[in-house]
Amino acid sequence: MSQKPNKLIDGLKAIPANMFSGFVVSLIALPLGLGLAMASDAPPMAGVISAVVGGVVMSILGGSHVTIAGPGNGLVGVLLVAITTLGLQDAYLAIICSGLLLIVLGYLRLGKLADFFPSSAIQGMLAAIGLIILGKQFHIMLGNRLSLEGNLEYLFAMPKALLNVFNYQDVGTIAACLSGVVSLSILVFYPRLRNRYWQLVPAPMWIVLMSIGFSYYCELILKIPNPIALDYMISGILSLEQLMEDVPEIGLSALNDWVFWSQVLALALISSVESLLSIKAVDQLDPKKRRSNFTRDVKALGLATAVSGFLGGLNVVTVIARSSVNVNSGGSNRSSNFFHAVFLLLFVFLFSTQLERIPLPALMAILVFTGYKLAAPKNLIKMLSIGKEQLIIYFVTLLATLQIGLVAGIIIGTTSTFIIHVVSTGNFQLFTRNFLKPNVLMFKGSEGVGQYYLSVKHFCSFVNFFKLKSKLDQVPETETVVLDLSLCEFVDHTVMDSLSSYQELFEKRGGSFEVIGLDAHSADSSHPFAIRKTVPFSGILNQNMTKRQIVLAELSKDYNFEYRPKKQRKAPFLESFIFFRSKKVNYIHNLIKSKDQPITAFDVNFTEGEFIAKEVVNTTMVYVDLQRILPEFTLDKDGFLRRLYGVAGFSNISISSPGDFSKRFYLLGAKPDEVKDFFSKTVVHFFESNPYFHIESNGNSLLVFGKERSASVQEITNLIDFSGRLYQVIENEQS
Amino acid sequence: MAAKSFRIIGVGVAFSPNLKANLFEGARLALFLKAKLILIHVGKMSDEDTVLLHDLLQVHQSQGLIYEIRCQTGNPIEVILSTVKDAQVDLLILGALQRENFLRYYLGSIARQITRRAPCSVLLLIKPSVERVPCEHIVVNGLADPKTEQAIATAFSVAKSLGAQKITIVEEISPHEVAVSVDDDRSLRRSRIIKERLKLREESRVKQIISDIPEKLKEGIAIQSQSIFGKRGYSIGHYAQVVRADLLVMNAPSQMTFWDRVFPHDIEHILGELPTDVLIVQ
Repeated sequence: MSQKPNKLIDGLKAIPANMFSGFVVSLIALPLGLGLAMASDAPPMAGVISAVVGGVVMSILGGSHVTIAGPGNGLVGVLLVAITTLGLQDAYLAIICSGLLLIVLGYLRLGKLADFFPSSAIQGMLAAIGLIILGKQFHIMLGNRLSLEGNLEYLFAMPKALLNVFNYQDVGTIAACLSGVVSLSILVFYPRLRNRYWQLVPAPMWIVLMSIGFSYYCELILKIPNPIALDYMISGILSLEQLMEDVPEIGLSALNDWVFWSQVLALALISSVESLLSIKAVDQLDPKKRRSNFTRDVKALGLATAVSGFLGGLNVVTVIARSSVNVNSGGSNRSSNFFHAVFLLLFVFLFSTQLERIPLPALMAILVFTGYKLAAPKNLIKMLSIGKEQLIIYFVTLLATLQIGLVAGIIIGTTSTFIIHVVSTGNFQLFTRNFLKPNVLMFKGSEGVGQYYLSVKHFCSFVNFFKLKSKLDQVPETETVVLDLSLCEFVDHTVMDSLSSYQELFEKRGGSFEVIGLDAHSADSSHPFAIRKTVPFSGILNQNMTKRQIVLAELSKDYNFEYRPKKQRKAPFLESFIFFRSKKVNYIHNLIKSKDQPITAFDVNFTEGEFIAKEVVNTTMVYVDLQRILPEFTLDKDGFLRRLYGVAGFSNISISSPGDFSKRFYLLGAKPDEVKDFFSKTVVHFFESNPYFHIESNGNSLLVFGKERSASVQEITNLIDFSGRLYQVIENEQS
Repeated sequence: MAAKSFRIIGVGVAFSPNLKANLFEGARLALFLKAKLILIHVGKMSDEDTVLLHDLLQVHQSQGLIYEIRCQTGNPIEVILSTVKDAQVDLLILGALQRENFLRYYLGSIARQITRRAPCSVLLLIKPSVERVPCEHIVVNGLADPKTEQAIATAFSVAKSLGAQKITIVEEISPHEVAVSVDDDRSLRRSRIIKERLKLREESRVKQIISDIPEKLKEGIAIQSQSIFGKRGYSIGHYAQVVRADLLVMNAPSQMTFWDRVFPHDIEHILGELPTDVLIVQ
């Protein structure tokens, strides 16, 4: 029997780790906060204020566990409009009102606004926001301040601005432009450089550090003034004391203006949408597999937004990039959010004068990168693969948002989706007649183990998906769910999309989620929306083998191994390894299987982090299926991964041996005695006399890998050889 | 409470393509239940029509069917209801209509009104057929309602007469009773505990009802109970459709007002979307 964990003690134990992750997050939050605020035409400190308020309020009252709160990317577009149409003072009032509106929505349990809109329309809207940010800040990044009419004009002016760069004469502008371009390339190339020390500091912080360093270098060593033009430097950084005095005075005169209220609505809408999307994504990364309480989060976000507005800050939302960095840096509870706020305050207190040395174009490069990631051209290809109609919805929403505004954009996108649904089914009554019916049945089978069975009747689209969702949310993710859609005449893309993310979540947490009853739909061409997720990996990719693949194939032939270059989307055997807990496996490929030993080498492609902090990593690993019970442990050379395993309750184990085993390796495990038994003299000797690989045991199999990148053919042979000999040693020891 | 026994069965006769199927269903049922069959026709009937009816029922008559033809002119609803009263019919059979192009059945407006006002039990058939389709699985409601005992007892007696092998008693539990909305892990756990408790409560209530039913009727029938958290009256129909039940037995509604049709509940859901053959026990 395992003891019931003591939450308080666990929480206190986790504080140092959370303090560290809070620190790492604050490194990103500082430049992002400044940049997001300036992109919204607000004073730079407004972003930091909202991050601090968000961190404090959300860590006390929030309902999610590892999310970070602060100023959001999506809100830049809305805040920009709000501030230009209402003026800064009234915009603060709008921020406060939107916070209060969110609190009301939270109490009415309507906070999940994103659930009521079609996913293609939301994608289109987010892309539009990305383009708004990109279009505006691109020019500033190149040292070319413009003032144009609409959002589209900014975008159309981009090529011209790019050519114009080569005609710059003024040294100040050239230097400003250079700082922007260098910063952008840091962001682009950051994930490629998988050097551990380089990766210790997040990319946005490198930009800040380098800019400040450059400025000091000019001043102290070259003894010349900073070459970057003065009006391209950040201004208006206030010290802590000034900040206290500078609380905005808010008048109530705008309250009876409908333009004002439309801005309030837009702010609340985007806050809710962005927060929900982030929380959903971050829940998938949570190493402790907890479920976030979104309703509680919305209330807390509303309060934080209102408070932040009073103090001269922006809307507070939960943000995906910073949250994913938090998870990856070892954050495990809400205290990391709090520490992130504390460190931000500390930075402002200590370094407010240094911050003025950051050039504006460098900061805006971060936003250009963010905007690009939001607009995500990759989404276009995904939309197209799902269906032409999704692309129409996407573009209608995108253009409407750019031209008219956010609220209009999402309304037009939603309406056009519904019209397309009606046209494609040719049956308006299907939707009107059945809208109010409680069309979802869920029951738990009383025979046997009892799986949850759900059946949906009539139609299932974004209009009534909330009914199905509320039932699905009542099922713990560790259970088995069968969802039968055979009685459904129409299933739309929004539903299929959400179902696939439910599927992922269930698989990740050890349950199972199966959708059945769609076979008839695909055979029946009158249901064009009944799309099952298309798998983009087809035969085309494999026709051209790379050189490495050809060599691997030859190698496999020589050693009598089985070789499969094909991409495989499912790799369930990896999920049980702690290494993959906060990572998402995209696919594995280049499988090399030994015929006489249970050893498989493969390349795995996984992602770490989300959004602008997202990093795609390719690594070669070996999986050894020992088919016997082992203690769970991990063997690591420099302890960099210790944080990751600390979450799983692993602690340091020292092995006494004549050699230098304990000095060279970090051995971690949950049950020290069993692990010590396992590491007998022969095993220890084997590790001491062989090159280093990272090894993790999940209880019955081993995962062996070297560096976090694809291995060369030579390295693969070493890896397989090492694993083969390790397998022999363990087999001999155990039998 | 004792099972409802059906002594006199009424079936509406219209000279439509469905005539033979409707007649045969009625006749077969009358034979199974050892009841008398009354054919109700609205309007005048010629001699040829009468001969046709006699011809059709020849086979069943030789098996011992007793039947009677009654015809009367007037408003169909009134005629059928008054005949039901006069002849003391205790089970009325009505046919459903099929939605165009879909395997969906609903009750026409006349049949619907008769169902609402009928003083006796009503059997709604979704697809009457000339050949016998065996009735294997019966689903019956197990609501906390005074009429439920009778409905369940009737289901067992019908099951015995028709040779059904399985009865599932469905307890619909309104989600409001759970009163915990699931937000996070803790509320999820709480709601599951409450649900489990409600389920046990309902199951023990149903067990009590089943234990009151004579052993003779329960012989050879697999009894299952299933609790569903969902909208009353709708979920059971959906369930019957999903498990492909052959007959759904329901309590008669207590009272109907205009608002019940505007905001459909209980039996009205079933009438709008017949999942399978439905027997409403009165």
